[in-house]
Amino acid sequence: MIELENVSYGYRGNALFSQLSLTLAPGSFHFLTGPSGAGKTTLLRLCYADLLAIKGKVRIFGQDAGALDRDEVAMSRRRIGVVHQDCQFLDHLSIAENIALPLTVSGRANEVGGNLEELLNWVGLGAQANQMPAELSGGERQRAALARAVIISPDVIIADEPTGNVDWEMSQRLLSLLIELNKMGKTILIATHDLAMIRAAKSDVSARVLRLKDGQLQQAGAEL
Amino acid sequence: MLDLIFGDPQADRTVPHTGMTARLTVFVAAVMAFLAVIALAVSLTTNRVAGVWAQELAQSATLRLPADPVSADALLLSALDVLETTPGIRNVRALSQDEQQALLEPWFGPDLPLDALPMPQLIEIVADGDGYDVDGLRARLTAQVPGAILDDHTAWRQPLLDAAARVRLIGWTVIILIGATVGAMITLAAQAALAANVQVISVLRLVGAKDAYIARAFVRRFTLRAGAGAIAGMVIGVVVVLLMPQGSASGSLLTSVGFEGAEWIWPLLIPALAAIVAFFATRAAAFRRLKEQT
Repeated sequence: MIELENVSYGYRGNALFSQLSLTLAPGSFHFLTGPSGAGKTTLLRLCYADLLAIKGKVRIFGQDAGALDRDEVAMSRRRIGVVHQDCQFLDHLSIAENIALPLTVSGRANEVGGNLEELLNWVGLGAQANQMPAELSGGERQRAALARAVIISPDVIIADEPTGNVDWEMSQRLLSLLIELNKMGKTILIATHDLAMIRAAKSDVSARVLRLKDGQLQQAGAEL
Repeated sequence: MLDLIFGDPQADRTVPHTGMTARLTVFVAAVMAFLAVIALAVSLTTNRVAGVWAQELAQSATLRLPADPVSADALLLSALDVLETTPGIRNVRALSQDEQQALLEPWFGPDLPLDALPMPQLIEIVADGDGYDVDGLRARLTAQVPGAILDDHTAWRQPLLDAAARVRLIGWTVIILIGATVGAMITLAAQAALAANVQVISVLRLVGAKDAYIARAFVRRFTLRAGAGAIAGMVIGVVVVLLMPQGSASGSLLTSVGFEGAEWIWPLLIPALAAIVAFFATRAAAFRRLKEQT
């Protein structure tokens, strides 16, 4: 699905990581951990062509990300659901409209009706459909972001600290939603500091845990 | 075009309304459309009135006979004979002494003893539609009416036509500048709106929106605003033109400002032209901005 081959990236001449390789196979479940500033978010952004590698190759659904034009990047984004750390909603639209956005922008607004209601109930936001993003709690916003990421039925879901702003109970609920999606065949990549969540997930799903530290990507040890 | 007018309500809502740029765009389009209507009215009226004047001057000429009391009658008869036998001349008339006095009155006053002065005889010539051969007539007059001078009003008509052409050129230049100003103002307003919506663009891209989709939301909005503002400005401009004092249809420039017949198409085209300018200005600004905002 998504492959990073000997990828290097840095900011203002300072290498964040180099010669980094990663393959997200179809239906796989990956956790990405590491200290703050290690480059987790950067690595995720490389996976959906929001950033381009300085060296090496990123292949998204078999296509070289560096060779994609902006329309092709947009098309690839329709197959990748992204849950941002800060959620990023359009504040002037209701939660229902925000969640339906991927269908709206891809000309499939007519599919919104049934899908949206089902999805809102799935993430437990049926009663908040017409509320504005600012009126929702952190956990509700995270669930709304997850609903927006999956409404278009993407092949890959990339989540950056999806449980960063929520309590334990809510993080378990979000995790169970992601595991459910994985069982439906979706490829999942989650960047998180939340080791407790990773431990909880490993009992339900065969997840690969990667640790990004000092510019290197390593398979995490048995401590998890 | 229908897509531009009716649009996609869902897609339109993805970009928030920005009150100030919206109002500014409508206001600028209205003011520019108003100025364009006035510039058009002045330009077209000047053109029309100058055309009437030029036509009147082109169809008339004056023959001046030498002020020779001895041969005056003979010269007049010869001149009338030449003129009446010239193809293209519809009417020939020797001015009476009273008419000649009236012509001189503004300069010499009403008490001029005309009969005591050697006055040249003036003959008014009116051409028919196709006119006459001026050079041929001059040659015949030289041969048969020595000293006669034919004034075909070229010296008056040409500067008038030149001035009218200049005014017309200035009018169109003003209209082009107004169009360019509308384009520049819309570009600035669109850039401001795009800059204010960086976060919106970022979210739309995150969920897979193509540049054309994002641009369309801005383009449609600014095109409709410019069109609406221009309609308002055009209506006000037309009302102002209609309220201008009207006099004789063809004589005075100041009392003839307005539109006649097919000229009414021009002000009606202004909103469409403003919308077209806004469409291309916003589209260019949007794609440029989206290209910069990777």
